[in-house]
Amino acid sequence: MLSYITRRVALMLVTLAAVSITTFFIIGLPPGDYVSTLQAQAESRGEEIDQQRLAQLRERYGLDQPFIAQYGKWMSNILVRGDFGESFAWNKPVSSLIWDKVGLSFFLSVSTLLFVWAVAFPIGVFSAVRQYSAGDYVATFFGFVGMAVPEFMLALVFMYIGMRYFGQDVGGLFSREYMDAVWNFGKVLDLLSHLWLPILIIGMSGTAGTIRITRANLLDELHKPYVVTARAKGLPEWKLLLKYPVRMSLSPFFSTVGWLLPGLISGETIISIVLSLPTTGPLLFGAVLSQDMYLVGSFILILSTLTVIGTLLSDLALAWWDPRIRHRYEGG
Amino acid sequence: MRDTRGASQWRLIWRRFRKHRLAMVGSFIVLLIYFVAAFAEFLAPTTTGAQNENFAYAPPQRLHVFDEKEGFGLYVHGLSSKRDPVTYELLFTVDESARIPMGFFVRGEPYHLWGLIPMDRHLIGPTDRGETVYLLGADRAGRDMLSRIIYGARVSLSIGLVGVAVSFVLGLLLGGISGYYGGGPDTLIQRLIEFLMAIPTLPLWLSLSAAVPSGWGPLTRYFAITVILSVIGWTGLARVVRGRFLSLREEDFVTAARLDGCGRSRIIFRHMVPSFTSHMIASMTMAVPGMILGETSLSFLGLGLQSPAVSWGVLLQDAQSVRALETAPWLLFPGIAIFVTVLAMNFVGDGLRDSADPYK
Repeated sequence: MLSYITRRVALMLVTLAAVSITTFFIIGLPPGDYVSTLQAQAESRGEEIDQQRLAQLRERYGLDQPFIAQYGKWMSNILVRGDFGESFAWNKPVSSLIWDKVGLSFFLSVSTLLFVWAVAFPIGVFSAVRQYSAGDYVATFFGFVGMAVPEFMLALVFMYIGMRYFGQDVGGLFSREYMDAVWNFGKVLDLLSHLWLPILIIGMSGTAGTIRITRANLLDELHKPYVVTARAKGLPEWKLLLKYPVRMSLSPFFSTVGWLLPGLISGETIISIVLSLPTTGPLLFGAVLSQDMYLVGSFILILSTLTVIGTLLSDLALAWWDPRIRHRYEGG
Repeated sequence: MRDTRGASQWRLIWRRFRKHRLAMVGSFIVLLIYFVAAFAEFLAPTTTGAQNENFAYAPPQRLHVFDEKEGFGLYVHGLSSKRDPVTYELLFTVDESARIPMGFFVRGEPYHLWGLIPMDRHLIGPTDRGETVYLLGADRAGRDMLSRIIYGARVSLSIGLVGVAVSFVLGLLLGGISGYYGGGPDTLIQRLIEFLMAIPTLPLWLSLSAAVPSGWGPLTRYFAITVILSVIGWTGLARVVRGRFLSLREEDFVTAARLDGCGRSRIIFRHMVPSFTSHMIASMTMAVPGMILGETSLSFLGLGLQSPAVSWGVLLQDAQSVRALETAPWLLFPGIAIFVTVLAMNFVGDGLRDSADPYK
């Protein structure tokens, strides 16, 4: 098991290196660099710019050097000093802008993931066990619909319904009085009371997909000989179901968390923009529009890193859940 | 050579597919929508640019077939508008007394079918050319939503096809290399795929499309967006191809072919490829909706295609503000078009997958 973990962590580091290089490449795609943008902005305002400061900034980010050297500088600044560069739209260090947003984003995505599982597994199991029942048809229909509605469209519809029939704005994560308040119990409760709608919207397509996959997996297992054996031994039906085939059919989920999570973060990004939630979405979007590339790059880097770590954790969970996989790595 | 041993593989697939009722309905709808996209100019009551400021946010007008006095005949009631003295909004009321006769194959806004043939006939429209009729309402500039949705289908649907075609080439090539050669190339490509799947797509799409120069024309932009979508989207198809290659490599008929002295390319193209073409087609069908949704999301956020280009995502941009939605809920109609299309395509893909599986 230990060698498995070591290997996975090593692999993760390689992936992270690739992510950071790609991110840096994207940062560099638009013509010009941060300093020349700064210069242009200052000139358009008719301000005198301090050439020395510009030279200092160039030096700090290694902008006059080749790609690899620039990349090395950016990475070492991040790793050594936690310095992600400076956002030129905000005139602030990136790290002072993003952390609480990233925190909320990830909190939202993980809550959505838990919601998806809590809803989808029971429904998926039910619709496999009672195949072709009315409930199964309802679940299947819901599954198709959930996959076909774009998330932002769902958000728009909810906003419209909230406005039209309840006369209230459904956007945001906090009520006005808690918007700038420090964290306390009341603020947490307020957050929870606003959270259900984004979770519902972001989780929609994930839930639909998960129901369909659970159903298909379980249907494959239900007619295998070991199920018949267990039934012949006289095991009660529900105990039998939960102990063997359901357990088997759930393992793919741990291994696909790595794909579900990026999807949830994507969904979270666009929903946050539509519902103006104080998560990474709107800030990232604004940064993309103003070509605030250090901010964009840092967001992608951090979100991808968290996703890769999430994937690693889910793989470890899979090894713990499924003895077949555990044994493969224990040399058994 | 005549096949004397019974139905061919394709015939068997067709037979199973036909039994899948939802998939049949889905394919009918998909074909219909592509037909609409192909003949957009003729089927739309007017053109995308035609606007009438006096009808900003005009509500949908109901098409009537029967009138108590005049008998049968297509018509809609006219709209009378009044400007709200406080908000300066146009308020519309249906004027029951005014009748605007409608007809089929009427003359209207001139257009060039497929950009080539000059015509001015429209499938449906007011018989009097001077009238404006909005069957699905009007947008902020008084342009006909129905016409814009019909034209938008062209871009939204074709981006799905082009995107999947590009991903298909990438996926087939890389997945094939990965599955057939195995070893080093396989590990490399698998890592690449895992890497691409680990990154949240939307932030990546956003930043890539922000890097598309804003000076590019609509057509170049269209292709840039398609390439961005497919560079990230090929991974799923590559995994399918690789998996098939890996399992087929061990099959007896491939060994038999090898023992018979077939060359490598003959084994691949004559023996292996035909046995998973059906699977590939099913996976491709499943990939099209993803592309359509991707383009829609990007355009909706203003980073994909941009006005005056018309796609469903571009149209939904107008629906972004709750205020606009409150005055004109019909701005959400393009969303319904997306929903129906994606739903129908998922049905078709699902049916194809089920019927392509010979062991079912």
